[in-house]
Amino acid sequence: MLALLADIGSTFTKVTVVDLARAEVAATAQAPTTVEDINLGLGAAIHAIEERLPLPAEQVAFRLACSSAAGGLRMVTVGLIPALTVEASKRAALGAGAKVVGVFSHELTDADLDAIAGLKPDIVLLTGGTDGGNERAILHNAAALARSRVRAPVVVAGNRVASDRVCAILQSSGREVWVTENVMPEVGELNIRPAQEAIREVFLKRIIVAKGLDKAQETFGILMPTPTAVLRATELLAVGTDDEPGLGDLVVVDVGGATTDVHSAADGRPTKPGVVWKGLPEPFAKRTVEGDLGIRYNAPTILEVAGKARLCRAIGWDEPDLHGIVSRLSAEVDYVPRDARAETIDVALARTAVEIAVDRHVGTLTVVYTPFGEMAVQYGKDLTEARYVIGTGGIFAHTQAGRKVLEGALFDPQNPTSLRPVHPEMRVDKPYIMAAAGLLAEREPTVALRLLKRNLAPV
Amino acid sequence: MADESVANAPKGRVVTGVIGADVHVVGNRLLAMALERAGFKVINLGVLVSQEEFINAAVESNADALFISSLYGHAELDCEGLREKCIEAGLDDILIYVGGNVALGKQEWSEVEKRFLAMGIDRVFPPRTPPKVGIELLERDLAARKRSKG
Repeated sequence: MLALLADIGSTFTKVTVVDLARAEVAATAQAPTTVEDINLGLGAAIHAIEERLPLPAEQVAFRLACSSAAGGLRMVTVGLIPALTVEASKRAALGAGAKVVGVFSHELTDADLDAIAGLKPDIVLLTGGTDGGNERAILHNAAALARSRVRAPVVVAGNRVASDRVCAILQSSGREVWVTENVMPEVGELNIRPAQEAIREVFLKRIIVAKGLDKAQETFGILMPTPTAVLRATELLAVGTDDEPGLGDLVVVDVGGATTDVHSAADGRPTKPGVVWKGLPEPFAKRTVEGDLGIRYNAPTILEVAGKARLCRAIGWDEPDLHGIVSRLSAEVDYVPRDARAETIDVALARTAVEIAVDRHVGTLTVVYTPFGEMAVQYGKDLTEARYVIGTGGIFAHTQAGRKVLEGALFDPQNPTSLRPVHPEMRVDKPYIMAAAGLLAEREPTVALRLLKRNLAPV
Repeated sequence: MADESVANAPKGRVVTGVIGADVHVVGNRLLAMALERAGFKVINLGVLVSQEEFINAAVESNADALFISSLYGHAELDCEGLREKCIEAGLDDILIYVGGNVALGKQEWSEVEKRFLAMGIDRVFPPRTPPKVGIELLERDLAARKRSKG
C-alpha cells in the first residue's frame, strides 16, 4: 500500500509517495503551486509521478497534505507581560506552525489596533493574566479588538476567570471566538497545547476555506500547516514509538529563502550540577523562527545582522561585491548557484544564518556573583548534549556542503555561554522528507520514524 | 490548576521569593508553605529573583502582596526603587513586606525599619520572626484595605 503525502508550499507543491510496507520513498515529484485552484498543482505533481510509478486507487491507503501556501498561517499574539504571557502566547503560536507577524503586550492602543489590522492576521491569539489573576488587560483588549477593523477569528487562551466575558464581548461584535485553556495558568507554568489544538481547529475549519485551499480537501486532506509537520517529525525522531526507538535529543535547522527555523526536541534541563534554571519552562518540542534570516528574500538582512567581516570569514575571501550579491539574491528568489564561487557564498550565508538562529534558539548560561561565590544561572534550553543536528531545506538537498552549514549550529568555545550542541552527529534531509514524515506520523508513526531514520543521511 | 470557586477562593494572592543575588532557599520555602496553609494563593519565584520578576509575576497574577525574603544583608540595596517600579507597572496599592536578615552588622532595628518604610516598604521584619506574625499582619492589612475601599 502507498501513502501520498503533499507539502503545498508557497512556490512548489511537493508530493512524496511512501511504500508503507517497506517504509521507503517510492517516488517524489513537484510542480508549481496554483493558489487559484490548488488541485491543479497537486494534479501536475501526481501526474509527474504516474509517468514513472502507476498509482492505482486500490493501492493508495491515504492522501494527506500540509500547507504553507497563500502566506502560511499568519498570526498575531497578544499577552500582558512580555516575559510571561506574551512569551507563552508567542511560543504557542510558533509551535502551532504559525508565522507570527506581530506580538503585542499590555493594553492595546488605537495605534496597536491599526498595526494589527495592517498585518492581516488569519488568527489572533488573545491571552493575558494567570487563572484568577489580572483580568483588566484581557477584558480591555477584547473590547479593543471588538471595536477594531481586525476581523480575524480570535483564540482566547487567557485568565480563565475572565474567559466568558471576553468571549461575550468578542461574539457580540460578530467575531468568531474559540475559548481554550490559559497558556499560563500560573506564573511560570506553560500550558500551550490546548491553544495549539484550538489554532489547528481554526486553521482546518476556517483558514484553509478562507484561502481557497479547501478544494484540495476533495483529494487530499489538509491536516496542518507545514511547520507543524516538521515539528512533529522532529519530536517523533527524538522520542520514537512503542515499536521503534527514537534517536534522543536533537536539533533540526530548516534554512529557507525567507526564514530560518530551528526545532529542538529535548527537555533542555541543565546538564551540569549546581546550575539554577530560571525563566519560563521550555516546551519539549520547541520551534523558533528567525524572520530576518533567509538565504534569498532575507539574504541582505543576514549581511546586516552578521556584518561584512563575519560573512567574509565564512566565505573564505574578501568579497568586494557582497552587497550587490545579497540584493540580487533577494530579488531572484528561485536562483540556484551555477558555479563553485556562487555556491560557496550560498553556503556561507546558510551557515551564518544557522549560527545566528541556533544562538537565538538555545539557552544561555550566565554567572551571577553572590557573597557565597559564583552561581551559574541558565535561561532557556541547554542543548549541549543533543545527540543529533539535522539540516533540512534546499541548501542541504542541493549541495554537498551540508556539514559545513550544520557546523554553524555547534558549540563555540569563543562563545561558551551559548548552550549549543557540543559533539552531535550530523544528518541532512536530502530527499526533503521531514514534512512528509510529519504528516505520515499522524497515521503510521512507526513507518514515519523508519522513513526518517533511513533517509536522513550522515554528513 | 488552582481552584477559584467561591468556596475555595483564596484569602489573597502573594508573590514570594528571595531577592537579589541571594540563594538562601529554605526560609522562603517555609514562608510559602505557611502562607498556603493559611489559605493564601502563593506564587513562589524561588531564589535569585530580580525586582522585575517580582513585578511581572504580581501584574500577571493580580497579586495583593509581595513577600520578599533576604538573608544576605543586602536587602536595602536590592529593594531600592521597587515601590516606584510597582507604581509604574500599575500595582498602585500592592503590599510589600520584607523579612529575613535584612541589614548587616549591629544596627538599631528602629533605624533599619525607618529606612525600609521610607523606601515605601509596608512592613519589614527582624531576624527570626515566625511566619505567622507576617501572615496575621497581612490578613489585618488586607481587611483594612477592603474596608477602606468599601
